[in-house]
Amino acid sequence: MSFLPYALAAWLFFVGLYGVVTSRHLVHLVVCLGVMQSSTYVLLLAIGYRTGKKAPIFLGVSPKVGAVDPVVQALTLTDVVVSVTTASLILALVIDIWKRSGTLDPDELRKEET
Amino acid sequence: MSRNTRLALFACSGATLAALFVWGLTGLPAFGGFQGEYGQILNRVTGQERHVTNVVAAIVFDYRGFDTLGEEFILFAAVMGVALLLREARGEGERRVDIVRSDFVRAVGLASVGPVVLVGLFTIAHGVLTPGGGFQGGVATASGLVLLWAAGRYRAYRRASPHALVDFAEWTGAGAYAAVGIAALVAGSAYLTNIVGLGVTGTLAAGGTIAILNLAAGLEVTAAVVLLCHEFLEELMS
Repeated sequence: MSFLPYALAAWLFFVGLYGVVTSRHLVHLVVCLGVMQSSTYVLLLAIGYRTGKKAPIFLGVSPKVGAVDPVVQALTLTDVVVSVTTASLILALVIDIWKRSGTLDPDELRKEET
Repeated sequence: MSRNTRLALFACSGATLAALFVWGLTGLPAFGGFQGEYGQILNRVTGQERHVTNVVAAIVFDYRGFDTLGEEFILFAAVMGVALLLREARGEGERRVDIVRSDFVRAVGLASVGPVVLVGLFTIAHGVLTPGGGFQGGVATASGLVLLWAAGRYRAYRRASPHALVDFAEWTGAGAYAAVGIAALVAGSAYLTNIVGLGVTGTLAAGGTIAILNLAAGLEVTAAVVLLCHEFLEELMS
């Protein structure tokens, strides 16, 4: 089952994308975006995994034993930070939309525009 | 565009994207067999070169420190954006009164504020040694302060996170990161070069600028999360 982590990443990405496309509520849409972003964490960590190796922390461990790839882990850290901050920014915009138009349904919002 | 047309369009484009995605995945190394040289070299040399045992921290704050500068500014800009958007639209009216009615929730919540903040600070401080660091510990520290609201009252939370002080911590954290980089320029090296003494491996001060940048990130992330919660709670309470 060595393809399972990659399949999980693909599943999370597309189930999130489906949610974004069919969403009827902007807060729900932000959550779906979060699901899509978590697929990138799974994908990055899955790529860097090396069978039998542990975390790249060498406190009391000789560097000669090796470890899983630390670069993708650092990338994942950045990924998490950026996704949280963008989610908060979008949610602030959602509050603004709610105050202006009183609805959070994307279809309703489009009707109001036209 | 009607809902059905949109779904039909998504079915076509989604299927194409899925095919491309799976095709891309088949080109990846088999799970567990990654042989990227960069990461393996860093795993080998970081201990000697930087006196740091957490290789991820060394990458984030040193080897790829410039990328983290960008990340810090994304965080900074997003938080400022939230503050601008929400503060702009908010009136200064009467505030709702919030009272936590369950004594149990209040007791457990307030009792955990101290330990949670302590764990957060511990995680920040040990970033160069063990898993953790400024980003992770910053979120933990801030959530300890947010517990004040969940368990106590909003007023207590407001007192613990005064606006001006949090704003100040936020730009100090971001500014300190950039300043450490500039200090390297003044010393005649490239931007963000590790110019401080590396210290003894296994101590909290090991790693030179890694430890300093880690603290700066911790300060900024703590302030950012407190500020975000503050702005959204103000929205809820007004």
